[in-house]
Amino acid sequence: MTGKMTVVEGSYAVAHAVKICRPNVISAYPITPQTHIVEDLSQFMADGEIPNCEYINVESEFSAISTLVGASAVGARTYSSTTSQGLELMHEVLFNVSGMRLPIVMTVANRAVSAPINIWNDHQDSISQRDTGWMQLYAEDPQEAADMTAQAYRVAEDKDIMLPAMVCMDGFILSHVYEPVILLEQELTDEYLPGFEPEHILDPAKPKTFGAFADPSTYTEFRYLQQKGMDAALEKIENAADDFNKIFGRYYGGLIDTYEAEDAEILLFAMGSVVGTIKDVIDRARTEGVKVGLVKVRAFRPFPVEAIRKVVKDASVIVTLDKNISLGLNEGALCTEVKSCLYNTDINIPVIGFLLGHGGRDIPRRNIRMIIDKAKQVIRSGVTIESEYADLRGELI
Amino acid sequence: MSRLAPGHRGCAGCCDAMAANFVLEAIGDDAIVINPTGCLEVMTTPYPESAWEVPWIHSLFENAAAVATGVEAALRALGRKGDTKVVAMGGDGGTLDIGMQAISGAFERGDDITYVCIDNEAYMNTGVQRSGATPFNASTTTSPPGSQSFGNPRPKKNMPAIMAAHGSPYVATTSISYPKEMMRKVKKAVGIEGPTYIHAHAPCTTGWRFDTSKTVEIGKLAVETALWPMYEQEEGEITKVRKVKQPKPVEDYLKAQGRFKHLFTMEGGDEAIAKIQAIADWNIKHYGLE
Amino acid sequence: MKITIGGVVEPGTTRANKTGGWRNFKPLYHKDKCIKCGLCSMLCPDSSVHEQEDKYVIFDFDFCKGCGICANECPKDAIEMVLEEK
Repeated sequence: MTGKMTVVEGSYAVAHAVKICRPNVISAYPITPQTHIVEDLSQFMADGEIPNCEYINVESEFSAISTLVGASAVGARTYSSTTSQGLELMHEVLFNVSGMRLPIVMTVANRAVSAPINIWNDHQDSISQRDTGWMQLYAEDPQEAADMTAQAYRVAEDKDIMLPAMVCMDGFILSHVYEPVILLEQELTDEYLPGFEPEHILDPAKPKTFGAFADPSTYTEFRYLQQKGMDAALEKIENAADDFNKIFGRYYGGLIDTYEAEDAEILLFAMGSVVGTIKDVIDRARTEGVKVGLVKVRAFRPFPVEAIRKVVKDASVIVTLDKNISLGLNEGALCTEVKSCLYNTDINIPVIGFLLGHGGRDIPRRNIRMIIDKAKQVIRSGVTIESEYADLRGELI
Repeated sequence: MSRLAPGHRGCAGCCDAMAANFVLEAIGDDAIVINPTGCLEVMTTPYPESAWEVPWIHSLFENAAAVATGVEAALRALGRKGDTKVVAMGGDGGTLDIGMQAISGAFERGDDITYVCIDNEAYMNTGVQRSGATPFNASTTTSPPGSQSFGNPRPKKNMPAIMAAHGSPYVATTSISYPKEMMRKVKKAVGIEGPTYIHAHAPCTTGWRFDTSKTVEIGKLAVETALWPMYEQEEGEITKVRKVKQPKPVEDYLKAQGRFKHLFTMEGGDEAIAKIQAIADWNIKHYGLE
Repeated sequence: MKITIGGVVEPGTTRANKTGGWRNFKPLYHKDKCIKCGLCSMLCPDSSVHEQEDKYVIFDFDFCKGCGICANECPKDAIEMVLEEK
């Protein structure tokens, strides 16, 4: 059922997955640490390995995503990849893509945003795009990032969804790491991912108008229908993961995944590569009798409200770990959103948030351990600090 | 013939509608049109209606050229290109101000698209604000004349020259006041492989402040005073110029429009007009119009 | 009406919007002066001047906004703008 392992760079695993998904138009602009993905795709193109595909070297991320608007409307399966400033530059177009219901898939090699300029990993770039109407999936390792690409196309292009998707992978940590990976097999992927056949396309034989303007009499309904698409995606993301498992024999969870969560008193929430570190710390803590578990959030948009309500109900304290901050609220996005989905329920569990790993700051195991210790205190004596940095260098301020 | 369907919301005497009609007649039905945000886009596509009879897409203000690139690439990738023409048409703001980067990228890459700039020399859709195409000393809502100003302080950006400098195989200036000529140039442009550029002068009744019946007449005056030189440039060389026999004084053009009215009443207006005449004189010499 | 996904619209549907009501002046056609050059039809921003088989024109008052370009550009003064009586 599963293929053979090859040691490749994370970027290569993703680029290879993109190739196997049979894209028709790829358009991208280089930005660290996304570059290796687009370089690998360029080499595939140069070697004639992606049939029926055009690769467009554009002059900016703004044009990268804009070309895909045109291409997707013609009926092409489309792909781009970016990060950080590039993603922020795309911001205006991102709304346009989702509003026009174009199922573009894009890898985000997550990176901090400027200023100060910083090329290392955190999640501020993609989290800052949370309301653009794109689905957002976060991968834990290169294998998941690659496999998630195929899953993303499947969900995005579903006729009940027709929404774009970002596959988020931690910059450098996942994009530049060499690990054993099973590269997607063409035959299995063809079985898993049907061709893209949208209902409406730009075609002189059947002329349609795309991108009309809506006045107050219809605009609300367009927004409502986008949310309906997001609602429908909740189940489709789960199905895409299950079906992937059936064909490829690999599973990473659907909307969320859990680790040692069943009897956990302390339930940690995190996204991306830090999940691996957390699992190691949990293993150690469990040997010491600490009842700690993990919820890995794979889908940040749509946000898995019901799945989270279900999984937390027996916990004593919830702890969120965020590689991003909403300045002015002093919380990361997971913290805010996990809290918000517990309100108006009979769940009454304290939630504390930790900000860490910003701008690529390393997250050592002892930091996670310190966070678990603080969570224990909350169980004993309640919440004193709702949200704080876990790795602040006090001597610098 | 795929002209714009009637019922669109363009002003009476709208230059954009005329320009779109001429482009559509020239390119025929086997085409996909890309339109940036602007008057033409807004007036033709109030949901759930559309005045377009060809496949048409609007994305944003500044990305029409990039969207066109994507359309063309997708047609090729999917094996559907055939003879389908990919034509972007947008206003001066969407082309040579906010759309400058995207169009520059598309032309540098050599994408097989035709871009038609419908130049009415200001941001009309938002209420006649100055653009990079607004002519010297014109009054707009963001370049009004006053005790310290005769209006717009800068001459028009020479966009056709910039596009020719990209190595475009065909760049032509034209005017909606010469429809047959404009259609001939557009037809020629779409028939040439690679990125081709048409810059069409388009008098706007609302923004330039003249009677709705004078749209064509004003455009002719721009050409007859040599303020709007009409030429074709192939592979970098100017190959054809529309001669202007005995150019009229620029006053004939200026006095017909509200946006230049202040030049005839303000102290020092004569000198301001003389500077505009100098622009026309430069055009005559530079493009060999006489 | 039901919202289409992504707001896709059928072609030529602005015909539902009769802009003739905008008109203050209307074109009066002096057929005897017409030389059938077709300029009025070509120039009309509202595609409301239609050439017939015999090359004479008729005006579509459902959509004519009364801009007067046809009258202004007619080389033979075969079109005259007159006040619309409402």
